[in-house]
Amino acid sequence: MKIHIAGENALILYFAEQTSPQVAAIIQKAVTLLQKDCHDVIIDLVPSYASLLITFDLFKCDHHQLRRRIRTSLLGITSVDKVKGKLVKLPVYYDEKIGVDLIGIAEKAQLTIAEVISIHQSLEYQVYAIGFAPGFAYLGEVDQRIAMPRLKTPRAKVPKGAVAIADKQTAVYPSISPGGWNIIGLCPVEMFNIKNTPAMPISVGDRVKFFSVSKKDFVNLGGQL
Amino acid sequence: MTGFLVKKAGVLSLLQDEGRFGYQQLGLTQGGPVDKMAFYWANRLCQNKLSSTAIEISIGGLSLLAQGKAKIALTGANMPLFINGEKKALWQSHAINVGDVIELGFAQQGLRAYLAVSGGFQIKTSFGSSATVCREGIGGLHGGKLETGDFLPIKMHLSLSSQNFRLSEKNQPVFKKDIVLRTIPSYQQRFFSSYQQRLFYSSEFIISEHYDRMGYRLTGRAIKADISGILSEGICHGAIQIPADGQPIVLLNDRQTIGGYPKIGSVLSLDTAKLAQLGQGGKVHFEPVSMEAAHNINHLTLSLFERTQLETC
Repeated sequence: MKIHIAGENALILYFAEQTSPQVAAIIQKAVTLLQKDCHDVIIDLVPSYASLLITFDLFKCDHHQLRRRIRTSLLGITSVDKVKGKLVKLPVYYDEKIGVDLIGIAEKAQLTIAEVISIHQSLEYQVYAIGFAPGFAYLGEVDQRIAMPRLKTPRAKVPKGAVAIADKQTAVYPSISPGGWNIIGLCPVEMFNIKNTPAMPISVGDRVKFFSVSKKDFVNLGGQL
Repeated sequence: MTGFLVKKAGVLSLLQDEGRFGYQQLGLTQGGPVDKMAFYWANRLCQNKLSSTAIEISIGGLSLLAQGKAKIALTGANMPLFINGEKKALWQSHAINVGDVIELGFAQQGLRAYLAVSGGFQIKTSFGSSATVCREGIGGLHGGKLETGDFLPIKMHLSLSSQNFRLSEKNQPVFKKDIVLRTIPSYQQRFFSSYQQRLFYSSEFIISEHYDRMGYRLTGRAIKADISGILSEGICHGAIQIPADGQPIVLLNDRQTIGGYPKIGSVLSLDTAKLAQLGQGGKVHFEPVSMEAAHNINHLTLSLFERTQLETC
Protein backbone atom coordinates (compact mmCIF):
# COMPACT_ATOMS: atom_id res chain seq x y z
CA MET A 1 0.00 0.00 0.00
CA LYS A 2 1.28 3.46 -0.92
CA ILE A 3 0.09 6.69 0.69
CA HIS A 4 0.26 9.80 -1.47
CA ILE A 5 -0.77 13.39 -0.88
CA ALA A 6 -3.97 14.39 -2.70
CA GLY A 7 -4.74 17.88 -1.35
CA GLU A 8 -4.47 20.17 1.66
CA ASN A 9 -6.73 17.86 3.68
CA ALA A 10 -6.65 14.67 1.65
CA LEU A 11 -4.47 11.59 1.28
CA ILE A 12 -4.92 8.85 -1.28
CA LEU A 13 -4.05 5.21 -0.64
CA TYR A 14 -3.06 3.03 -3.59
CA PHE A 15 -3.50 -0.68 -2.98
CA ALA A 16 -2.46 -2.01 -6.40
CA GLU A 17 -1.66 -0.95 -9.95
CA GLN A 18 -4.69 -2.77 -11.34
CA THR A 19 -8.04 -3.72 -9.96
CA SER A 20 -9.25 -7.22 -9.11
CA PRO A 21 -11.92 -8.74 -6.85
CA GLN A 22 -9.14 -9.26 -4.27
CA VAL A 23 -8.15 -5.57 -4.36
CA ALA A 24 -11.80 -4.51 -4.14
CA ALA A 25 -12.25 -6.69 -1.05
CA ILE A 26 -9.15 -5.18 0.58
CA ILE A 27 -10.40 -1.64 -0.11
CA GLN A 28 -13.80 -2.45 1.37
CA LYS A 29 -12.08 -3.84 4.47
CA ALA A 30 -9.91 -0.68 4.68
CA VAL A 31 -13.03 1.50 4.61
CA THR A 32 -14.51 -0.46 7.52
CA LEU A 33 -11.29 -0.32 9.55
CA LEU A 34 -10.67 3.38 8.99
CA GLN A 35 -14.28 4.27 9.82
CA LYS A 36 -13.76 2.47 13.13
CA ASP A 37 -10.23 3.63 13.99
CA CYS A 38 -10.05 7.17 12.56
CA HIS A 39 -13.66 8.38 12.60
CA ASP A 40 -12.66 11.35 14.79
CA VAL A 41 -10.58 12.93 12.02
CA ILE A 42 -12.04 11.52 8.78
CA ILE A 43 -14.50 13.71 6.87
CA ASP A 44 -15.07 11.55 3.80
CA LEU A 45 -13.89 8.36 2.10
CA VAL A 46 -14.00 7.64 -1.63
CA PRO A 47 -13.16 4.04 -2.47
CA SER A 48 -12.49 3.31 -6.13
CA TYR A 49 -10.93 0.64 -8.36
CA ALA A 50 -7.53 0.38 -6.68
CA SER A 51 -7.45 3.41 -4.40
CA LEU A 52 -9.08 5.06 -1.42
CA LEU A 53 -9.27 8.85 -1.04
CA ILE A 54 -9.36 10.05 2.56
CA THR A 55 -10.44 13.60 3.39
CA PHE A 56 -9.54 14.60 6.94
CA ASP A 57 -10.08 17.50 9.30
CA LEU A 58 -6.80 19.40 9.10
CA PHE A 59 -7.64 21.28 12.27
CA LYS A 60 -7.65 18.00 14.20
CA CYS A 61 -4.57 16.29 12.79
CA ASP A 62 -1.82 16.75 10.22
CA HIS A 63 -0.95 14.36 7.42
CA HIS A 64 2.02 12.86 9.31
CA GLN A 65 -0.18 11.87 12.23
CA LEU A 66 -2.84 10.53 9.90
CA ARG A 67 -0.32 8.43 7.93
CA ARG A 68 0.78 6.77 11.17
CA ARG A 69 -2.78 6.09 12.19
CA ILE A 70 -3.64 4.67 8.76
CA ARG A 71 -0.60 2.37 8.81
CA THR A 72 -1.52 1.15 12.29
CA SER A 73 -5.17 0.65 11.42
CA LEU A 74 -4.46 -1.19 8.17
CA LEU A 75 -1.55 -3.30 9.40
CA GLY A 76 -1.58 -6.63 7.60
CA ILE A 77 -4.60 -5.81 5.49
CA THR A 78 -2.98 -7.00 2.24
CA SER A 79 -3.13 -10.53 3.60
CA VAL A 80 -6.91 -10.35 3.83
CA ASP A 81 -7.99 -12.96 1.34
CA LYS A 82 -11.23 -14.43 2.60
CA VAL A 83 -13.12 -11.14 2.85
CA LYS A 84 -16.01 -11.04 0.46
CA GLY A 85 -18.57 -8.32 0.15
CA LYS A 86 -22.24 -9.27 0.29
CA LEU A 87 -23.86 -10.75 -2.79
CA VAL A 88 -26.79 -8.72 -4.13
CA LYS A 89 -29.07 -10.26 -6.77
CA LEU A 90 -30.70 -7.80 -9.13
CA PRO A 91 -33.61 -8.67 -11.44
CA VAL A 92 -33.45 -7.48 -15.04
CA TYR A 93 -36.10 -7.37 -17.72
CA TYR A 94 -33.96 -7.98 -20.79
CA ASP A 95 -35.83 -6.99 -23.92
CA GLU A 96 -34.72 -5.70 -27.28
CA LYS A 97 -37.36 -2.94 -27.31
CA ILE A 98 -35.99 -1.54 -24.06
CA GLY A 99 -32.47 -2.88 -24.35
CA VAL A 100 -32.01 -1.06 -27.62
CA ASP A 101 -28.37 -2.06 -27.92
CA LEU A 102 -28.90 -5.81 -27.45
CA ILE A 103 -29.08 -6.32 -31.22
CA GLY A 104 -25.86 -4.37 -31.81
CA ILE A 105 -23.98 -6.37 -29.18
CA ALA A 106 -25.31 -9.67 -30.55
CA GLU A 107 -24.32 -8.75 -34.11
CA LYS A 108 -20.82 -7.69 -33.11
CA ALA A 109 -20.32 -10.84 -31.04
CA GLN A 110 -22.02 -13.07 -33.63
CA LEU A 111 -24.26 -14.42 -30.91
CA THR A 112 -28.02 -14.61 -30.56
CA ILE A 113 -29.74 -12.11 -28.27
CA ALA A 114 -30.59 -14.97 -25.91
CA GLU A 115 -26.90 -15.84 -25.69
CA VAL A 116 -25.92 -12.23 -24.89
CA ILE A 117 -28.52 -12.16 -22.09
CA SER A 118 -27.37 -15.51 -20.78
CA ILE A 119 -23.71 -14.43 -20.73
CA HIS A 120 -24.54 -11.16 -18.94
CA GLN A 121 -26.30 -12.95 -16.11
CA SER A 122 -23.83 -15.82 -15.87
CA LEU A 123 -21.11 -13.91 -13.99
CA GLU A 124 -20.83 -12.41 -10.53
CA TYR A 125 -19.68 -8.79 -10.80
CA GLN A 126 -17.62 -6.84 -8.34
CA VAL A 127 -18.70 -3.30 -7.33
CA TYR A 128 -15.49 -1.43 -8.13
CA ALA A 129 -16.51 2.19 -7.68
CA ILE A 130 -19.48 4.49 -7.19
CA GLY A 131 -19.48 7.91 -8.81
CA PHE A 132 -20.45 9.84 -11.96
CA ALA A 133 -23.85 10.45 -10.35
CA PRO A 134 -25.33 9.57 -6.97
CA GLY A 135 -25.78 5.81 -6.85
CA PHE A 136 -24.03 4.99 -10.13
CA ALA A 137 -22.02 1.81 -9.46
CA TYR A 138 -19.30 0.57 -11.80
CA LEU A 139 -19.50 -3.24 -11.99
CA GLY A 140 -16.98 -5.51 -13.62
CA GLU A 141 -15.93 -7.29 -15.50
CA VAL A 142 -18.25 -8.59 -18.16
CA ASP A 143 -17.34 -11.49 -20.42
CA GLN A 144 -15.06 -10.28 -23.25
CA ARG A 145 -17.57 -11.53 -25.84
CA ILE A 146 -20.21 -8.98 -24.80
CA ALA A 147 -17.83 -6.09 -24.02
CA MET A 148 -18.84 -3.10 -26.14
CA PRO A 149 -17.33 0.39 -26.48
CA ARG A 150 -19.35 3.43 -25.43
CA LEU A 151 -21.59 5.01 -28.05
CA LYS A 152 -19.82 7.63 -30.15
CA THR A 153 -22.59 10.09 -29.36
CA PRO A 154 -24.10 9.71 -25.90
CA ARG A 155 -27.90 9.55 -25.65
CA ALA A 156 -29.50 12.65 -24.16
CA LYS A 157 -31.79 10.54 -22.00
CA VAL A 158 -31.16 7.10 -20.57
CA PRO A 159 -34.10 5.78 -18.51
CA LYS A 160 -33.88 5.15 -14.77
CA GLY A 161 -32.99 1.52 -14.11
CA ALA A 162 -31.34 0.98 -17.49
CA VAL A 163 -28.86 -1.89 -17.35
CA ALA A 164 -25.97 -1.13 -19.64
CA ILE A 165 -22.50 -2.12 -20.81
CA ALA A 166 -19.45 0.03 -21.57
CA ASP A 167 -16.26 -1.82 -22.49
CA LYS A 168 -15.90 -4.51 -19.84
CA GLN A 169 -18.04 -2.67 -17.29
CA THR A 170 -21.72 -2.90 -16.59
CA ALA A 171 -24.02 -0.68 -14.53
CA VAL A 172 -27.59 0.21 -13.60
CA TYR A 173 -28.49 3.88 -14.21
CA PRO A 174 -29.87 5.12 -10.86
CA SER A 175 -31.86 7.95 -12.42
CA ILE A 176 -32.72 9.43 -15.80
CA SER A 177 -29.55 10.96 -17.19
CA PRO A 178 -27.56 11.44 -20.37
CA GLY A 179 -25.31 8.48 -21.06
CA GLY A 180 -23.24 6.65 -23.62
CA TRP A 181 -23.44 3.09 -22.35
CA ASN A 182 -25.10 0.29 -24.36
CA ILE A 183 -28.53 -0.47 -22.94
CA ILE A 184 -29.57 -4.12 -22.63
CA GLY A 185 -32.47 -4.09 -20.17
CA LEU A 186 -34.21 -2.51 -17.20
CA CYS A 187 -33.84 -3.21 -13.47
CA PRO A 188 -36.86 -2.51 -11.23
CA VAL A 189 -34.78 -2.18 -8.02
CA GLU A 190 -34.06 1.42 -7.01
CA MET A 191 -30.31 1.98 -6.97
CA PHE A 192 -30.54 5.29 -5.16
CA ASN A 193 -33.32 6.77 -3.09
CA ILE A 194 -32.96 9.36 -0.36
CA LYS A 195 -35.94 7.82 1.46
CA ASN A 196 -34.43 4.33 1.64
CA THR A 197 -32.08 3.25 4.42
CA PRO A 198 -29.46 2.62 3.24
CA ALA A 199 -29.96 4.88 0.22
CA MET A 200 -28.20 2.31 -1.99
CA PRO A 201 -28.66 -1.48 -1.99
CA ILE A 202 -24.93 -2.00 -2.73
CA SER A 203 -21.59 -0.52 -1.75
CA VAL A 204 -18.04 -0.73 -3.11
CA GLY A 205 -16.64 -4.22 -2.56
CA ASP A 206 -20.03 -5.98 -2.79
CA ARG A 207 -20.83 -8.45 -5.55
CA VAL A 208 -23.78 -8.29 -7.93
CA LYS A 209 -25.45 -11.02 -9.94
CA PHE A 210 -28.20 -10.28 -12.43
CA PHE A 211 -31.13 -12.59 -13.14
CA SER A 212 -33.72 -12.45 -15.86
CA VAL A 213 -37.38 -11.65 -15.07
CA SER A 214 -40.46 -11.47 -17.27
CA LYS A 215 -42.22 -8.25 -18.14
CA LYS A 216 -44.97 -9.17 -15.67
CA ASP A 217 -42.52 -9.81 -12.82
CA PHE A 218 -40.67 -6.61 -13.69
CA VAL A 219 -43.87 -4.62 -13.24
CA ASN A 220 -44.79 -6.54 -10.06
CA LEU A 221 -41.39 -5.67 -8.63
CA GLY A 222 -42.19 -1.98 -9.07
CA GLY A 223 -40.59 -1.48 -12.46
CA GLN A 224 -42.03 1.16 -14.79
CA LEU A 225 -42.07 0.91 -18.55
CA MET B 1 -43.76 29.99 10.24
CA THR B 2 -42.10 33.25 9.39
CA GLY B 3 -39.63 33.85 6.60
CA PHE B 4 -38.65 35.64 3.41
CA LEU B 5 -40.50 35.43 0.10
CA VAL B 6 -38.42 35.30 -3.09
CA LYS B 7 -39.63 38.13 -5.34
CA LYS B 8 -36.86 37.70 -7.90
CA ALA B 9 -34.56 34.71 -7.83
CA GLY B 10 -31.65 36.33 -9.67
CA VAL B 11 -29.20 34.52 -11.92
CA LEU B 12 -28.15 31.69 -9.62
CA SER B 13 -29.09 31.84 -5.95
CA LEU B 14 -28.52 28.69 -3.90
CA LEU B 15 -29.21 27.76 -0.30
CA GLN B 16 -25.95 26.47 1.14
CA ASP B 17 -24.70 25.31 4.50
CA GLU B 18 -21.09 24.26 5.06
CA GLY B 19 -21.46 21.32 2.70
CA ARG B 20 -22.46 17.68 2.56
CA PHE B 21 -19.86 15.40 4.12
CA GLY B 22 -19.63 11.65 4.62
CA TYR B 23 -21.65 10.62 1.55
CA GLN B 24 -19.06 10.68 -1.22
CA GLN B 25 -19.10 6.89 -1.09
CA LEU B 26 -22.59 7.07 -2.59
CA GLY B 27 -21.39 9.44 -5.29
CA LEU B 28 -22.80 12.53 -3.57
CA THR B 29 -20.60 15.57 -3.95
CA GLN B 30 -19.68 18.11 -1.29
CA GLY B 31 -21.59 21.25 -2.33
CA GLY B 32 -21.45 24.17 0.08
CA PRO B 33 -20.11 27.70 -0.35
CA VAL B 34 -17.35 28.13 -2.93
CA ASP B 35 -16.01 31.10 -0.94
CA LYS B 36 -15.98 29.58 2.53
CA MET B 37 -14.54 32.56 4.42
CA ALA B 38 -17.11 35.00 3.01
CA PHE B 39 -19.83 32.51 4.02
CA TYR B 40 -18.40 32.27 7.56
CA TRP B 41 -18.22 36.06 7.87
CA ALA B 42 -21.86 36.45 6.81
CA ASN B 43 -22.91 34.03 9.54
CA ARG B 44 -20.65 35.61 12.12
CA LEU B 45 -22.06 39.06 11.40
CA CYS B 46 -25.51 37.60 12.17
CA GLN B 47 -24.17 36.00 15.37
CA ASN B 48 -24.90 32.56 13.92
CA LYS B 49 -23.21 29.21 14.12
CA LEU B 50 -20.69 29.39 11.25
CA SER B 51 -22.30 26.45 9.43
CA SER B 52 -25.82 27.99 9.34
CA THR B 53 -27.67 27.92 6.04
CA ALA B 54 -27.24 31.10 3.97
CA ILE B 55 -27.82 32.02 0.32
CA GLU B 56 -24.97 32.01 -2.17
CA ILE B 57 -25.83 34.55 -4.85
CA SER B 58 -23.84 34.27 -8.07
CA ILE B 59 -23.79 37.39 -10.27
CA GLY B 60 -26.78 38.96 -8.47
CA GLY B 61 -30.39 40.03 -9.03
CA LEU B 62 -31.97 38.44 -5.95
CA SER B 63 -34.91 40.22 -4.34
CA LEU B 64 -36.67 39.16 -1.12
CA LEU B 65 -39.74 40.33 0.78
CA ALA B 66 -39.46 39.96 4.56
CA GLN B 67 -42.46 38.45 6.33
CA GLY B 68 -40.71 38.43 9.69
CA LYS B 69 -38.16 40.34 11.74
CA ALA B 70 -34.49 39.39 11.41
CA LYS B 71 -30.93 40.60 11.03
CA ILE B 72 -29.23 40.03 7.71
CA ALA B 73 -25.68 40.46 6.43
CA LEU B 74 -24.25 40.37 2.92
CA THR B 75 -20.59 39.50 2.33
CA GLY B 76 -18.40 38.34 -0.56
CA ALA B 77 -18.60 39.89 -4.02
CA ASN B 78 -19.25 43.60 -4.19
CA MET B 79 -22.96 43.36 -5.01
CA PRO B 80 -25.02 46.50 -4.29
CA LEU B 81 -27.49 45.92 -1.42
CA PHE B 82 -30.71 47.90 -1.06
CA ILE B 83 -33.23 47.70 1.77
CA ASN B 84 -36.49 49.44 0.80
CA GLY B 85 -34.58 51.19 -1.97
CA GLU B 86 -31.91 52.57 0.33
CA LYS B 87 -28.34 51.53 -0.36
CA LYS B 88 -26.74 49.64 2.55
CA ALA B 89 -23.23 48.54 3.43
CA LEU B 90 -21.94 45.03 2.85
CA TRP B 91 -19.95 43.20 5.56
CA GLN B 92 -22.40 44.57 8.13
CA SER B 93 -25.57 43.36 9.84
CA HIS B 94 -28.86 45.17 9.24
CA ALA B 95 -32.21 44.95 11.00
CA ILE B 96 -35.09 43.79 8.81
CA ASN B 97 -38.76 44.30 9.66
CA VAL B 98 -41.95 42.79 8.28
CA GLY B 99 -42.63 44.18 4.81
CA ASP B 100 -39.04 45.22 4.09
CA VAL B 101 -37.76 44.57 0.59
CA ILE B 102 -34.16 43.36 0.24
CA GLU B 103 -32.73 43.85 -3.25
CA LEU B 104 -29.35 42.91 -4.65
CA GLY B 105 -27.82 44.47 -7.75
CA PHE B 106 -25.15 42.81 -9.85
CA ALA B 107 -21.60 42.07 -8.72
CA GLN B 108 -19.10 44.77 -9.61
CA GLN B 109 -16.07 42.98 -8.20
CA GLY B 110 -16.12 39.30 -7.43
CA LEU B 111 -18.87 36.96 -8.56
CA ARG B 112 -20.55 35.43 -5.51
CA ALA B 113 -22.06 37.01 -2.42
CA TYR B 114 -23.45 35.42 0.75
CA LEU B 115 -26.66 36.53 2.43
CA ALA B 116 -27.04 35.24 5.97
CA VAL B 117 -29.99 35.72 8.28
CA SER B 118 -30.01 35.60 12.08
CA GLY B 119 -30.59 32.01 13.18
CA GLY B 120 -29.94 30.77 9.64
CA PHE B 121 -32.52 29.75 7.03
CA GLN B 122 -34.53 26.82 8.39
CA ILE B 123 -34.15 24.22 5.66
CA LYS B 124 -34.78 20.50 5.95
CA THR B 125 -31.55 18.61 5.40
CA SER B 126 -30.90 15.82 2.88
CA PHE B 127 -28.03 13.51 3.79
CA GLY B 128 -27.14 15.72 6.73
CA SER B 129 -26.95 18.98 4.81
CA SER B 130 -29.06 21.72 3.25
CA ALA B 131 -26.42 22.36 0.54
CA THR B 132 -28.00 22.66 -2.92
CA VAL B 133 -26.39 20.66 -5.72
CA CYS B 134 -28.45 21.29 -8.88
CA ARG B 135 -26.75 18.52 -10.87
CA GLU B 136 -27.89 15.96 -8.29
CA GLY B 137 -31.24 17.59 -7.59
CA ILE B 138 -30.44 17.44 -3.88
CA GLY B 139 -30.62 20.04 -1.09
CA GLY B 140 -32.18 23.49 -0.78
CA LEU B 141 -35.97 23.72 -0.92
CA HIS B 142 -36.52 21.46 -3.91
CA GLY B 143 -33.10 20.33 -5.11
CA GLY B 144 -32.48 23.34 -7.30
CA LYS B 145 -31.75 27.05 -7.40
CA LEU B 146 -34.17 29.52 -5.83
CA GLU B 147 -37.26 30.33 -7.88
CA THR B 148 -39.62 33.29 -7.76
CA GLY B 149 -42.34 32.56 -5.21
CA ASP B 150 -40.16 30.33 -2.99
CA PHE B 151 -40.64 30.84 0.73
CA LEU B 152 -37.49 30.74 2.87
CA PRO B 153 -38.36 29.94 6.49
CA ILE B 154 -36.39 31.74 9.21
CA LYS B 155 -36.39 31.67 13.01
CA MET B 156 -38.98 33.81 14.75
CA HIS B 157 -37.50 36.90 16.42
CA LEU B 158 -39.88 38.77 18.74
CA SER B 159 -37.55 41.73 19.07
CA LEU B 160 -34.24 42.71 17.57
CA SER B 161 -31.30 44.24 19.39
CA SER B 162 -30.42 47.72 18.18
CA GLN B 163 -26.78 46.71 17.96
CA ASN B 164 -25.31 45.80 14.61
CA PHE B 165 -21.90 44.45 13.69
CA ARG B 166 -19.49 45.17 10.88
CA LEU B 167 -16.15 43.94 9.65
CA SER B 168 -13.70 46.82 9.29
CA GLU B 169 -12.65 47.58 5.75
CA LYS B 170 -9.04 46.60 6.32
CA ASN B 171 -10.19 43.05 7.11
CA GLN B 172 -12.39 42.72 4.02
CA PRO B 173 -11.00 40.82 1.03
CA VAL B 174 -9.95 42.64 -2.12
CA PHE B 175 -11.07 40.97 -5.36
CA LYS B 176 -8.42 40.89 -8.05
CA LYS B 177 -8.68 39.81 -11.68
CA ASP B 178 -5.17 38.34 -11.64
CA ILE B 179 -4.65 35.74 -8.94
CA VAL B 180 -2.11 33.23 -7.71
CA LEU B 181 -3.37 29.78 -6.78
CA ARG B 182 -1.16 28.10 -4.22
CA THR B 183 -0.95 24.45 -5.23
CA ILE B 184 0.27 21.31 -3.50
CA PRO B 185 2.01 19.07 -6.08
CA SER B 186 0.20 15.77 -5.54
CA TYR B 187 -1.61 12.79 -7.10
CA GLN B 188 0.06 12.02 -10.49
CA GLN B 189 2.55 14.92 -10.36
CA ARG B 190 5.44 12.47 -10.92
CA PHE B 191 3.96 11.67 -14.34
CA PHE B 192 4.62 15.24 -15.46
CA SER B 193 8.24 15.84 -16.52
CA SER B 194 10.17 18.57 -14.71
CA TYR B 195 9.91 20.63 -17.90
CA GLN B 196 6.10 20.28 -17.95
CA GLN B 197 5.91 21.17 -14.26
CA ARG B 198 8.04 24.29 -14.79
CA LEU B 199 5.83 25.24 -17.71
CA PHE B 200 2.73 24.75 -15.56
CA TYR B 201 4.01 26.83 -12.64
CA SER B 202 5.38 29.65 -14.81
CA SER B 203 2.56 30.06 -17.35
CA GLU B 204 -0.44 32.33 -17.23
CA PHE B 205 -3.83 30.70 -17.67
CA ILE B 206 -7.12 32.37 -18.52
CA ILE B 207 -10.52 31.29 -17.25
CA SER B 208 -12.50 29.96 -20.22
CA GLU B 209 -16.25 30.28 -20.79
CA HIS B 210 -16.68 26.91 -19.05
CA TYR B 211 -16.72 27.69 -15.37
CA ASP B 212 -19.22 26.73 -12.71
CA ARG B 213 -19.46 25.33 -9.21
CA MET B 214 -18.27 21.96 -10.51
CA GLY B 215 -15.02 23.21 -11.95
CA TYR B 216 -13.16 25.93 -13.82
CA ARG B 217 -11.65 25.16 -17.22
CA LEU B 218 -8.60 27.26 -17.97
CA THR B 219 -6.84 27.95 -21.23
CA GLY B 220 -3.13 28.50 -21.76
CA ARG B 221 -0.05 26.63 -22.89
CA ALA B 222 -0.84 22.94 -23.08
CA ILE B 223 0.60 20.82 -20.27
CA LYS B 224 1.40 17.24 -21.22
CA ALA B 225 1.41 14.25 -18.91
CA ASP B 226 3.42 11.11 -19.63
CA ILE B 227 0.21 9.11 -19.19
CA SER B 228 -3.15 9.62 -20.88
CA GLY B 229 -5.46 8.31 -18.21
CA ILE B 230 -5.54 6.52 -14.90
CA LEU B 231 -7.85 4.09 -13.15
CA SER B 232 -10.69 6.32 -11.91
CA GLU B 233 -10.02 7.50 -8.37
CA GLY B 234 -11.40 9.89 -5.76
CA ILE B 235 -11.04 13.60 -6.57
CA CYS B 236 -10.45 16.00 -3.70
CA HIS B 237 -11.48 19.65 -3.56
CA GLY B 238 -9.15 21.86 -5.60
CA ALA B 239 -7.65 19.01 -7.64
CA ILE B 240 -6.25 20.10 -11.03
CA GLN B 241 -7.07 17.67 -13.83
CA ILE B 242 -4.99 17.77 -17.00
CA PRO B 243 -6.98 16.16 -19.83
CA ALA B 244 -5.42 15.14 -23.15
CA ASP B 245 -5.73 18.69 -24.59
CA GLY B 246 -3.42 19.93 -21.81
CA GLN B 247 -5.84 22.60 -20.56
CA PRO B 248 -6.21 22.46 -16.76
CA ILE B 249 -9.53 22.05 -14.97
CA VAL B 250 -9.65 23.11 -11.31
CA LEU B 251 -12.35 21.12 -9.51
CA LEU B 252 -14.57 22.79 -6.97
CA ASN B 253 -17.41 22.00 -4.57
CA ASP B 254 -19.83 20.31 -7.00
CA ARG B 255 -17.16 18.15 -8.70
CA GLN B 256 -17.70 14.51 -9.64
CA THR B 257 -16.48 12.30 -6.81
CA ILE B 258 -14.28 10.13 -9.05
CA GLY B 259 -12.49 10.65 -12.34
CA GLY B 260 -9.80 9.24 -14.59
CA TYR B 261 -7.75 12.22 -15.80
CA PRO B 262 -4.19 12.70 -14.50
CA LYS B 263 -3.92 15.39 -11.82
CA ILE B 264 -0.84 17.57 -11.33
CA GLY B 265 -1.74 18.93 -7.89
CA SER B 266 -4.44 20.49 -5.74
CA VAL B 267 -5.18 24.15 -5.02
CA LEU B 268 -5.66 25.36 -1.44
CA SER B 269 -9.33 25.96 -0.60
CA LEU B 270 -8.52 29.56 0.39
CA ASP B 271 -7.38 30.09 -3.20
CA THR B 272 -10.13 28.14 -4.97
CA ALA B 273 -12.36 30.73 -3.24
CA LYS B 274 -10.50 33.49 -5.10
CA LEU B 275 -10.87 31.53 -8.34
CA ALA B 276 -14.61 31.05 -7.77
CA GLN B 277 -14.96 34.82 -7.35
CA LEU B 278 -13.72 35.28 -10.95
CA GLY B 279 -15.46 34.64 -14.25
CA GLN B 280 -14.39 34.25 -17.88
CA GLY B 281 -11.19 36.12 -18.70
CA GLY B 282 -9.78 36.07 -15.17
CA LYS B 283 -6.02 35.49 -15.07
CA VAL B 284 -4.50 32.68 -13.05
CA HIS B 285 -1.00 31.60 -12.05
CA PHE B 286 -0.14 28.49 -10.06
CA GLU B 287 2.49 28.48 -7.32
CA PRO B 288 3.77 25.27 -5.72
CA VAL B 289 3.60 25.03 -1.92
CA SER B 290 4.35 22.15 0.41
CA MET B 291 1.75 20.25 2.41
CA GLU B 292 3.33 21.73 5.55
CA ALA B 293 3.06 25.29 4.24
CA ALA B 294 -0.60 24.66 3.35
CA HIS B 295 -1.23 23.35 6.86
CA ASN B 296 0.29 26.48 8.39
CA ILE B 297 -1.59 28.82 6.07
CA ASN B 298 -4.91 27.20 7.00
CA HIS B 299 -4.19 27.35 10.74
CA LEU B 300 -3.02 30.96 10.60
CA THR B 301 -6.09 31.97 8.60
CA LEU B 302 -8.45 30.34 11.08
CA SER B 303 -6.59 31.90 13.98
CA LEU B 304 -6.76 35.34 12.38
CA PHE B 305 -10.48 34.84 11.67
CA GLU B 306 -11.11 33.98 15.31
CA ARG B 307 -9.01 36.86 16.66
CA THR B 308 -10.52 39.50 14.39
CA GLN B 309 -13.07 41.50 16.37
CA LEU B 310 -16.22 42.80 14.77
CA GLU B 311 -16.97 46.48 15.24
CA THR B 312 -20.32 47.43 16.71
CA CYS B 313 -22.41 50.03 14.97
